[in-house]
Amino acid sequence: MQVSLSRRWQKIFSGRGAQGWVYLAVFALLALFPLIAGLTIGNPQAASEGAGFFEGLLQRAESGYAKFWQGMLIQMLILSIFAMSYDILLGYTGILSFGHAMFFGTGGYAIAILIGQHFNWPFFQALGAVVVIAVLQSLIFGILSLRVKGVYLTMVTLAFAEMFFILAEAGDFRQYTGADDGLHGFPVPAYLSATEHRTRFYYLALILFVLVFLAARRLINSPTGRVMIATRDNENRAMMIGFNTFWYKLIAFVAAGVFAALAGALSALFNVSVTPATLTTFRTIDALAMTIIGGVGTLIGPILGAGIIQLLGYWLERWFGANWTLIYGIIFMLIVVFLPYGIVGTLRRRSFGWKAGWARWKQLLTGKAAPG
Amino acid sequence: MENSYILETHNLRKSFGGLVAVADVSLRVKPRTLHSIIGPNGAGKTTFFNLLSGNLQPTSGRVIFKGLDITGIPAYRTAHLGIGRSFQITNVFPNLTVEENVRLAAQSLGHDNFKFWSHYLHYSHYQERAREILEQVGLADQARLPASLLPHGGKRKLELGILLAADPELMLLDEPTAGMAREEIPRLMEVIQQIRQQGDKTIMLVEHKMDLVMNVSDWITVMHQGRVLAEGAPAEIAANEVVQAAYLGDLYGDLSEGMA
Ligand SMILES: Nc1ncnc2c1ncn2[C@@H]1O[C@H](COP(=O)(O)OP(=O)(O)O)[C@@H](O)[C@H]1O
Ligand SMILES: [Mg+2]
Repeated sequence: MQVSLSRRWQKIFSGRGAQGWVYLAVFALLALFPLIAGLTIGNPQAASEGAGFFEGLLQRAESGYAKFWQGMLIQMLILSIFAMSYDILLGYTGILSFGHAMFFGTGGYAIAILIGQHFNWPFFQALGAVVVIAVLQSLIFGILSLRVKGVYLTMVTLAFAEMFFILAEAGDFRQYTGADDGLHGFPVPAYLSATEHRTRFYYLALILFVLVFLAARRLINSPTGRVMIATRDNENRAMMIGFNTFWYKLIAFVAAGVFAALAGALSALFNVSVTPATLTTFRTIDALAMTIIGGVGTLIGPILGAGIIQLLGYWLERWFGANWTLIYGIIFMLIVVFLPYGIVGTLRRRSFGWKAGWARWKQLLTGKAAPG
Repeated sequence: MENSYILETHNLRKSFGGLVAVADVSLRVKPRTLHSIIGPNGAGKTTFFNLLSGNLQPTSGRVIFKGLDITGIPAYRTAHLGIGRSFQITNVFPNLTVEENVRLAAQSLGHDNFKFWSHYLHYSHYQERAREILEQVGLADQARLPASLLPHGGKRKLELGILLAADPELMLLDEPTAGMAREEIPRLMEVIQQIRQQGDKTIMLVEHKMDLVMNVSDWITVMHQGRVLAEGAPAEIAANEVVQAAYLGDLYGDLSEGMA
């Protein structure tokens, strides 16, 4: 019983031997993180008098650095969901979209507006609406942009996202969108307040993250997902063996759109704010960068990439102040040059090489092809 | 008497700008035969195949397959109607394994393509089919290799395997031996002969190796500059003086080179 249960879990997470245990260990660590943080970096004084050990631990988790680092992890989880959703398009279907932020931002605005003063919807109804809106939005813009391919598609998606950015910034809808200020302080249900119940919000984010991970994994390993991958590899051939690739690309678009919208909604709830910045190309490029750093065409890659970028941003800003983006840019270039398939991709291919990386680096700096 | 031909084209034409690649080709293919199309490079053979398989839209003319007008319908639908196509220039899924290349082709004509909630290995009959095919074309040992790592001859076999997996009624083989090492060709011919012996398939073959064509064909159409120059049984074509002059003549160089 014990064995078959753990096998089942292993199968759910990966379907392959040792790798499944690694995933399980990571998820277990994430699940225990608030308690560990409470124990190690929480404020001991935060535990109320007479509280039991476990209760005290949870109280300590809501304090000091324990709270702060849970916040960091929540943001990593949100970015991970967003990056995974992007990789369904880029890595698994071969669609380079520059408009992915459209779904992220719309998800944020949708939840903020619907639970806000004008609609006052109950939270879960609003969350359901976020999904419905994302499905409709991705269907409409998927159908429109998938009429073209390659760089044209990239441009079309960019234009659509820009359209939503302009709509969000426009003064005409200030009442609903807050125009260029965005929306702040909308009534997130008290039981989900990330300031009051950081640990609870952390688990909400973790659960959503795990669900999206499992759903994405299942999609990719389904007959449908295999056709997406075939489309990425050689779309013409996929058509010639009888697949109308349009539908498979559209399914990828919808899945990616819904997951991105959920990430956006979660981000809005965490920050209790949503701004037009969430709809910009910079947001899309974040996802692109996380995916590239971690490894295109893997799910773990974007998750790692999201974690790395979040941490890097935090530390670099602390050490270098306003100039941090310059350092960040250099680190990004180093990663791309030395790990051409991203961290996970390069590991899987076992194709890391200092020499090859160094040659590419010199070529980049001098503009000359390396000899040999 | 429509039905005595599996495929007919009526004045099929394709022009690229000013260049007429296929000029009013009318051709009829009897079911369960091997019908070869020969002609010098640039004669329009590949373009003609592209018009049949739906990879290109004809400028004018009709394509009738099993009594059905399929002119200009897209490639993903001709596959479902029973037309399979292999390519002169290898056209596989380079980053997928050899087995997955073939498995996908088997999956495509089933009814499980949109089952996005279950694992693809759950539908094991596609995998079994893929293994059978790999056995047949002689790639069973390379099943787990990414297709891009196959040697050239292996890719040609894979090209054929992808075609066979879908079990099409009409097979369009565009220079299946192109670039293959000479010692690998008999194996490929064996596969083609096997298919013929099953007796339920129609094969259209474009091929430059004349000895091979003369051997296996029931019927040969000679194309030249987009037009049909001659048609007939292999013996008639070999004896045809116009063909000799226009085509076989300048192919002899090619031929003797290959035989050396
Ligand atoms: N996509 C295309 N665009 C323009 N010209 C083409 C295209 N495809 C083929 N052609 C031209 O059409 C002619 C016939 O080519 P093709 O069908 O490949 O001949 P074959 O297969 O008999 O060697 C050639 O002159 C070729 O250059
Ligand atoms: Mg050709």
